[in-house]
Amino acid sequence: MTRKQKRLSVIVGGLAFLGAATGLTFYALGQKASYFYMPADLTTASVQPGQRIRLGGLVEKGTIQRGQGATVAFSVTDTHKSVKVTYTGILPDLFREEQGVITEGSFGPDGVFVADSVLAKHDERYMPKEVADGLKAKGVWQESKSE
Amino acid sequence: MVETGHFALVLAFALSLVQMIVPLFGARLNNQRLMAVGGPVAITGFALTALSFAALATAYANSDFSVASVWENSHSLQPMIYKITGTWGNHEGSMLLWVLILTFFGALVAAFGSNLPATLRANVLAVQGAIGAAFFLFILATSNPFIRLNPAPIEGRDLNPVLQDLGLAIHPPLLYLGYVGFSICFSFSVAALIEGRIDASWARWVRPWTLVAWMFLTGGIAMGSYWAYYELGWGGFWFWDPVENASFMPWLAGTALLHSAIVMEKRSALKIWTLLLAILTFSLSLLGTFLVRSGVLTSVHAFATDPARGVFILCILTLFIGGSLALFALRASRLTAGGLFHPISREGALVLNNLFLTTATATVLVGTLYPLALEALTGGKISVGAPFFDLTFGPLMLPLLVLVPFGPLLAWKRGDIIAASQRLMAAFAVALAAMLITGLFIDGASVFAALGIGLAVWLVAGALTDLAVKSGVGSAAPAVMVRRFAGLPRSVFGTALAHLGLGLTLLGIVATLSFGTEKILTMRAGETVELSGHTLRFVGLYPAQGPNYSEDRGRFELIGVGGSAVGEISSAKRFFPVRQTTTTESGIKTLGLSQLYISLGDEAKDGSVVVRLWWKPLVTLIWGGGLVMMAGAAMSLMDRRLRVGAPSRRRKQASATAPTVLP
Repeated sequence: MTRKQKRLSVIVGGLAFLGAATGLTFYALGQKASYFYMPADLTTASVQPGQRIRLGGLVEKGTIQRGQGATVAFSVTDTHKSVKVTYTGILPDLFREEQGVITEGSFGPDGVFVADSVLAKHDERYMPKEVADGLKAKGVWQESKSE
Repeated sequence: MVETGHFALVLAFALSLVQMIVPLFGARLNNQRLMAVGGPVAITGFALTALSFAALATAYANSDFSVASVWENSHSLQPMIYKITGTWGNHEGSMLLWVLILTFFGALVAAFGSNLPATLRANVLAVQGAIGAAFFLFILATSNPFIRLNPAPIEGRDLNPVLQDLGLAIHPPLLYLGYVGFSICFSFSVAALIEGRIDASWARWVRPWTLVAWMFLTGGIAMGSYWAYYELGWGGFWFWDPVENASFMPWLAGTALLHSAIVMEKRSALKIWTLLLAILTFSLSLLGTFLVRSGVLTSVHAFATDPARGVFILCILTLFIGGSLALFALRASRLTAGGLFHPISREGALVLNNLFLTTATATVLVGTLYPLALEALTGGKISVGAPFFDLTFGPLMLPLLVLVPFGPLLAWKRGDIIAASQRLMAAFAVALAAMLITGLFIDGASVFAALGIGLAVWLVAGALTDLAVKSGVGSAAPAVMVRRFAGLPRSVFGTALAHLGLGLTLLGIVATLSFGTEKILTMRAGETVELSGHTLRFVGLYPAQGPNYSEDRGRFELIGVGGSAVGEISSAKRFFPVRQTTTTESGIKTLGLSQLYISLGDEAKDGSVVVRLWWKPLVTLIWGGGLVMMAGAAMSLMDRRLRVGAPSRRRKQASATAPTVLP
């Protein structure tokens, strides 16, 4: 190989590598990013059972049921609609009725959302940002609640 | 005292303006007296910032609730250590710590930079002054920690309970020393662009700063990871949370910089690239500061969401990143290109390292910013988490990790890949054996686990091979070998230790992810549970009272072979009445390099308690590897050629005449 060919092959190799990395990144963004929904969004959006999403809203009052073992059932609501959620594990310390929560998981065939992670707000001052924005958009949020 | 601190802060801002302008003009006009202003001003600015910080810390220690920041983030009943660490456990104080470290590094350049060319020193201090001025203004305009309350409240609102931990004393200072340490590399790069001149001595100056910043950033990230692991009670050590990514990106770019600076110093090549990397690394640090401090993300780190702050930091970000890149575009073509090299050589290996690391940085950047961009553009909300990074970052890192042991064994200019492979045969055999043993003899080992363990052992064995080859194992007499080993440059040990640490971290990650076990169950007092061969008995729940919290402490006993208790673990639910907040204190028992991890859940009506248990084999290696990497950086720093005042001319000759010279 001449010097020129060598240099060319190095450059082509580098570009091919970068191209592969870019392709992989965009493929992964399409496949692996999970979308955020509030319960009312689910009537319009088509979410398949098994598709991974994040479901956010408020924990509906009076719906927290502790079943056998470490499984907990509760409903997530945006005051228009609510969705039943089950979760096995330890709930976050800040998980409470009528507080903002984000659950991540997928719908089972029976329409119950099976969460594998539950996030509550980080401290008592604010809600998860997605939930606050969603509630504001639905006209439920009052600024005074944030303090 | 508080007003003194406030005044000192304003004065430090004024001095930073002087430091930004006067030396710059001095360098332009080649006026020695104007250039000489930079040094004393930088040192005085640091002293004033330190005074200001001390004033705030005193207000926190004395629980002076007439200061708004203290009232919001402290309580008179807090233990003294958390009162003091609370100084930077909030937005205002942490920004003050940021500029304190920034001025500290500036003062170090001023104090120890006497052997720098005068114009370079003046320009570096001017750029450092400009960064300082921007952040001083930011603090004074939007985040002033010294604002008073009238009338003064009687009691404070307590520090966020999650932060009431020793981790707060260690993690932020280390992380900031890393983040802000890269500002020096940035200033050196911009100064070189202003001068339009760059040479190997420039690299010799920048490399120790990169090493220092990298060492602290490594420690800061490792400490942050361990803190999140034991404090949050989820048992995870890395969540690909945007805030974690914000610190990980400068680390990846800084690692690339560390390697490319070697090429520049040794071979005068990759000058422009090194310069760009230095600018990008600090830009990513600034981006991290923006992401964490502007409130665009929700996290424990985002203390307050004030839009004015976000916009202000965004302006600083645009100014510095845009300005430095524009300067780069204008001036970079003036810098002369360096020496040529064969693709298969030490330089080639380091270029490959840079290619992988910067691409990996870019994928992390995309994954971190894409949700923000999408929300701003379409309003759609997505979350990009571990599945994304497993698919992008993972495949990019794998080939790099496979190639790591080859790099140090290749010669400069033109390397011999076959000779390097032969030297690595033993390491390869060990790694293959580890892989086969894992795959065949450990129950439930997946292909991924076997490959991962093999790769980790490959890295460790490769690092040891590097030391063995360079001290002549197998070719020299034992006495010669020992003498050669002792005589190896410190930087060779540094490289080997850093690569070894990387292997250990990987070993910890793979072992924990592949062989860790987990159980969630409800337990009553007296019940026992078995997890991966360890038997635990739940003794019961005991209420206790702390200084500013009450807790229910769940006690567990580790049962030995004979049926008697051999150890105790306890996990607690703590309730902080001031903030009406509950936190979980996880219970951890370290057995060898592995850990048993217990997290206490809610108490049911019938008196049983939800308990989550993990067995985490070799988990301590994840952070232990980080410590070894830090030790590697410290070792490299002690290398003779990096010591300030080392006769650089003679060193150059020595490396030119000795063909087998090591990095």
